[in-house]
Amino acid sequence: MAEYQNLFTRVQVAAPHYHGVPHARRGIWGRHSIGGVSHLLGRLGDAQVGPVYLGTLGVMSLLSGFLAIEIIGLNMWASVNWDPVQFIRQLPWLALEPPAPSYGLSLPPLQDGGWWLMAGFFLTLAILLWWLRTYRLARKLEMGTHVAWAFASAIWLYLVLGFIRPVLMGSWSEAVPFGIFPHLDWTSAFSLRYGNLFYNPFHALSIVFLYGAVLLFAMHAGTILAVSRFGGEREVEQALDRGTAVERAALFWRWTMGFNATIESIHRWAWWCAVLCTLTGGLAILLTGTVVDNWYLWAVEHHVAPAYPQVFPPVVDPATSAGVMP
Amino acid sequence: MIRATRLMIMLACVGTALTACSGSGVESVQHGFRGTGMALLFDKERVAAQYAASTPPPVQPPASAEGPTAGQVYQNVKVLDDLSAGEFARVMLAMTEWVVPKDLPPEQASCNFCHSSDLADDSKYQKVVARRMLQMTRDINSQWQPHVGTTGVTCYTCHRGNPVPAYAWFSDPAPAQRPGIVANSAGQNSPTLAAGLTSLPHDPFTPFLLGDEPIRVGGVTVTGNGNRQSIKQAEWTYSLMMHMSNSLGVNCSYCHNTRAWGDWSQSSPQRVTAWHGIRLSRALNRDYLVPLTDVFPAHRLGAKGDVAKVNCSTCHQGVYKPMFGAALAKDYPELTGRKALPETPPPAAEEAPPAAAATVSQR
Repeated sequence: MAEYQNLFTRVQVAAPHYHGVPHARRGIWGRHSIGGVSHLLGRLGDAQVGPVYLGTLGVMSLLSGFLAIEIIGLNMWASVNWDPVQFIRQLPWLALEPPAPSYGLSLPPLQDGGWWLMAGFFLTLAILLWWLRTYRLARKLEMGTHVAWAFASAIWLYLVLGFIRPVLMGSWSEAVPFGIFPHLDWTSAFSLRYGNLFYNPFHALSIVFLYGAVLLFAMHAGTILAVSRFGGEREVEQALDRGTAVERAALFWRWTMGFNATIESIHRWAWWCAVLCTLTGGLAILLTGTVVDNWYLWAVEHHVAPAYPQVFPPVVDPATSAGVMP
Repeated sequence: MIRATRLMIMLACVGTALTACSGSGVESVQHGFRGTGMALLFDKERVAAQYAASTPPPVQPPASAEGPTAGQVYQNVKVLDDLSAGEFARVMLAMTEWVVPKDLPPEQASCNFCHSSDLADDSKYQKVVARRMLQMTRDINSQWQPHVGTTGVTCYTCHRGNPVPAYAWFSDPAPAQRPGIVANSAGQNSPTLAAGLTSLPHDPFTPFLLGDEPIRVGGVTVTGNGNRQSIKQAEWTYSLMMHMSNSLGVNCSYCHNTRAWGDWSQSSPQRVTAWHGIRLSRALNRDYLVPLTDVFPAHRLGAKGDVAKVNCSTCHQGVYKPMFGAALAKDYPELTGRKALPETPPPAAEEAPPAAAATVSQR
């Protein structure tokens, strides 16, 4: 019997191609390619590749995404005077910046943030169309829409960062630049400006769910791989008809911590951990600047941040001692 | 058993590798209350090299205070005219040692660097600049004790034997970018040493050390009370702080408790010194260097035609105290004030410098 004990899948699925449930053809788009078999991909997952169904939404989404990447990339390239070597060398530093604070929520000229707005619009359009696509594909296959709603949770965080919060703050400049280091520096500056995100309770919750999701993923994957020698990877059947694999896995966790998930509930735990990560993260960002300006002071007010003994001689703001307000 | 042995060997290898890394010589010194993460990090090799390069120049032998003053003996002496001719010559010799390179051709070497054959002649720009710099040095030593303490500065603090200090700054020329509709990069997003190789704004000096744009961005109340500082402004402040950190060879917690950057009551006393340092740099740039712009020849000016200006690096050069706190000024009291003044420091030493209070909107 095949075992899963390696980094890679050692079982190559070789079966007649499966073309999926019948589906009503809509518009000009059908399923593309009848699919083939890839040995290399089979080492990571299912060896069957295709058929792909892009549909109108998929094509529109890819087109919008391409436009967004094009606007961002060409502006980055222009910022190094179209020098291809410098474009590669400096790529991590390059960015497309949102408008300056003075523009508020108005439409700035292209060079002063107009391109940023346009790139953001097309990127958002691409993401929303792709979301609709995941929803509709699931419906077509008569599945639940869990993937779409999990994706929606991530989109929520993205929209809060780039659209909802800037609109509430009345300034596009509050949004994130499109760039590798620039968006990281922006993240630091965000925390510096708003009094340390460490003390933002929703930020803390988001981290809990992030680490929780990772921990749960490792525990679940480890458990199932460990009992695959007893057929443990056939989880769907075993949700209803527990075999020795599930019994052993459950017993392992009861021995370890006295309690275990079921083969069905573990996936709900994982789904909620992952979804709550970006859901609470979005709340954390949404409240920052709009409701709370300084999270450290918020934590002091709510007795979260402890006070430490003074070790330095008293330090007074020199601006106030010079008789001028800070 | 073999597996266990292999595992042991592997762990031993990993252990050795980690020890090798931590042996690079970074020393961590506790600075604030335990558990607050306020630790100072020093690279021992770097500090040793900096220390070796920080030997003060030999002090000129003392000169007699007797006899006629320089103002009586020489013509066109405008700053040091209260010194005896002997003391005056001593300062001139010291300045030559501090500022004039050793390997110049004879017509530029030594006294000729600033003076033409007529010593009273002001035709060389170097002399005009040097005179103004003497006034600046006196101003720093007498009016800016909150920053320089009683240690004081001499020309050598910045110049270190060079006619132009090694660390000076010019305003950032507009980035070499195509005109038209191409997006501007908001003064950031290219790797520069000024911003510590981050993508932060690369000229924090023009707004903060020449202009007096607000540096404080964080709110002082929970809800902000209309604090309209933006994240973009926070990035400019961040860049200035990177410069200060690099210039002084210290990490953030030298001055700040990083859980509450803006809170003075949790900051170290060094932050107050640094606060005065920002005002000092700004005042020197505005009152002394910018007015000299037309005196300098074009090749000494920046891309925008601006004069070389000072920032934290100009004096500190990567060390928390310039020259590790060597008391350079104590042997040259004439660099603190005119002879008529008493030798003791002025009584205003404990307060904020009046110069700063008068010229700077305190942010």
